[in-house]
Amino acid sequence: MTALTTAPTPPRVGPPEKRRRRVGFSQRLSRWDVKVSPYLYVSPFFIIFAITGLFPLLYTGWVSMHKWTLIGGDAGYTGFDNFTAIFQQGEFWLSLRNTFMIFLLSSVPQVIIAIVLAAILNQNIRAKTFWRMGVLIPYIVAPVAVGLIFGQLFADQYGVINTALSAIGLPKIGWHSNTFASWTAIATMVNFRWIGYNTLIFLAAMQAVPADLYEAAVIDGAGRMRQFFSITLPQIRSTIIFVVITSTIGGLQIFDEPRTFDTYGTGGPSHQWETTTMYLWNLGWGPQQNLGRAAAVAWLLFVVIVIFALINYFVSSRISTSDARRGTSKQSRGRRGSTDRKGATR
Amino acid sequence: MLTHRPSRPARRLIAAGASVAALALTLTACSSGDSGSGSSKTQDANEKITLTVATFNNFGYTDELLASYTKTHPNVTVKQEIAATSDDAKANFTTKLAAGGAGLADVQAVDVDWMPTVLQYEDKFTDLSDDAVKDRWLDWKTKQATAPDGKLLGYGTDIGPEAICYRADLFKKYGLPSEPDKVAELLGGKDASWDKYFQVGEDFVKKSGGKVAWYDSPDGTYQAMVGQLANPYENSDGTPKDLATNADIKALFEKVATESKDKGLSAHHQEWQTDWTASFQKNAFATMACPPWMTASIESNSGGVKGWNIANVFPGGGGNWGGSFLVVPAAGKHTAAAKEFAAWLTAPEQQLSAYKQANNYPSQVEAEKDPAVADSKNDFFNNAPVGQIFADRAAAVTVTPFKGPNYFTINKAVTDALVAYDVQGKGTVESNWNAAVDAYKALGLG
Repeated sequence: MTALTTAPTPPRVGPPEKRRRRVGFSQRLSRWDVKVSPYLYVSPFFIIFAITGLFPLLYTGWVSMHKWTLIGGDAGYTGFDNFTAIFQQGEFWLSLRNTFMIFLLSSVPQVIIAIVLAAILNQNIRAKTFWRMGVLIPYIVAPVAVGLIFGQLFADQYGVINTALSAIGLPKIGWHSNTFASWTAIATMVNFRWIGYNTLIFLAAMQAVPADLYEAAVIDGAGRMRQFFSITLPQIRSTIIFVVITSTIGGLQIFDEPRTFDTYGTGGPSHQWETTTMYLWNLGWGPQQNLGRAAAVAWLLFVVIVIFALINYFVSSRISTSDARRGTSKQSRGRRGSTDRKGATR
Repeated sequence: MLTHRPSRPARRLIAAGASVAALALTLTACSSGDSGSGSSKTQDANEKITLTVATFNNFGYTDELLASYTKTHPNVTVKQEIAATSDDAKANFTTKLAAGGAGLADVQAVDVDWMPTVLQYEDKFTDLSDDAVKDRWLDWKTKQATAPDGKLLGYGTDIGPEAICYRADLFKKYGLPSEPDKVAELLGGKDASWDKYFQVGEDFVKKSGGKVAWYDSPDGTYQAMVGQLANPYENSDGTPKDLATNADIKALFEKVATESKDKGLSAHHQEWQTDWTASFQKNAFATMACPPWMTASIESNSGGVKGWNIANVFPGGGGNWGGSFLVVPAAGKHTAAAKEFAAWLTAPEQQLSAYKQANNYPSQVEAEKDPAVADSKNDFFNNAPVGQIFADRAAAVTVTPFKGPNYFTINKAVTDALVAYDVQGKGTVESNWNAAVDAYKALGLG
């Protein structure tokens, strides 16, 4: 494109002064074209981002500094009052604890099970497509429908699981009254929905692993397990990092599953499974209609997610650089060796 | 290609400029529309207009009924938008109200539970007072929709006067009288009190050997009791009462908590939860407070269970639970026409047809006297004369609890504590009361 635009305009018939002016103008235009148009090409993203990403972010910050009700709107500047009020609420810290625990209980088993499932599906099994599509079915079920189904399973007194437990003489589990049990139940809902999706991502990554690595390993006498741990896992490392990061962000913003966990959707009478996004919703759109405090929670959640993203970034870059360092050091050593040799020969 | 070159950046600039302008237009379009005023905006009486009415669940407004309005008002077409649940409708209502009223229907159905919001932001709604409809409703129904300055903000549709629904078969099995009149008498008849109700309950639970509870849930029972206080959580000027020193509420809380759990009167369910819905089929409890609309829930949850009946009695006098209004948002384009339409829709004749459709017990004095309502019977409840029973129950309602902007947050703090104690078996009566007080303090109401 640069070559095209800087190409000289072929001379045209006409008075010399006029021609010079025209050439000058078109050159100026070409210069603008070179300088400005790349920015114009990328501008739609930035314009849309500014409207749908940056503006809400800053506006939420503005709202969080005010006493602001859902319907009444702005009721005066209050500085950091909303934030200090939030910090003093036990409910906020409970919601962070719940979010974090549900995230741990869902993301860790989710990634492990998805990798194992993907490894199985990557084998030469019968009716491959059937099984591969099968694992995705939970993902296409609407979250609210998942909530209804699991509501029947996890009901405290007449639920399917507790009925089965008492039939074989075990004590019932208080899925809603016991805090840890409620986290487990919600994590199960999350896992049910997302394992299949992550499995397919891992499966795609596994299929991109070159077959000759496995062939070489077989010749070296490596068994299935050894192949899995020494070839498959290292080869799909970047995909694992991607899935961990996306499930971290999703896990910290978890809303649908805990909200559909009971009929009221407010997180339990003692806030057993009220996550931070639910707390935000309850503050802003619940009976309090306190949008100022909800905005403050939104910002705090944003900060928490940024911290987690930084940790993720740090850890994953450590992993990838340690990987790369090994690779590049070998390469550079080789290169250095070759230049040395060249120098020596010269 | 080369000859067109110089104009390319210009075209691009124009295109970019156009897209920015389009975005700007969209944004301004979003922000316009909140300049609503309370005055009428229908200039020409014969202008062709479309009115929308937004309802939820089943208001019993059929297409034929709405079409019949067009017959008398040829210039008006009526469209109904129905939300599946009142929660959906409430979210839609408050969100659009927060956006300045843009997108709200011309006539909006509002549950009595959201009326505090309407009363709090009365400027966003049309004053519906009109001498023509002055004595149409029961006094306490009108009072629920009247702002402190006397504006009438909503036209009543249905009401929820409470009676006691009970399982006649279980009463009989464990040696209690099972005829409705006898049951009413057993609970104290006209002087029925909560103490008497709990006392009979303790007797019943003892006779059943603890197998069947007396009532379904602590929160449903508490809801019925708190609905009989004039100022449960707030003073009439809207200022909240400090929960820590609110002796009435503390006494109610302790009463319901000890009766439910320590005396074992409740089935340890929370209303509307999965277990609660399932418990109707399990002979888990024998009585519950029931407004007319609850009879439909009992019938659908009980599927196959026979033996329900209704006693014309309610502890502590009368009580109301639920019921709705039609309001006219001021941001609407045809507020005058909408007001006229809302008045027509809540007239006794139309409400009678809604009662036939959906069992929504009318709030209009005339409609209640009409034989179609007064003589109606419910065959699921052993042919109970529901028309008569609920008319008596509506007449018995003497107290309209004051529900200010903080009613629901404070009420939630108390019911959460009740549920934590009775349904989830946590802590003691005292520790849960303290939790409720802490939750109240966290609201920062001062």
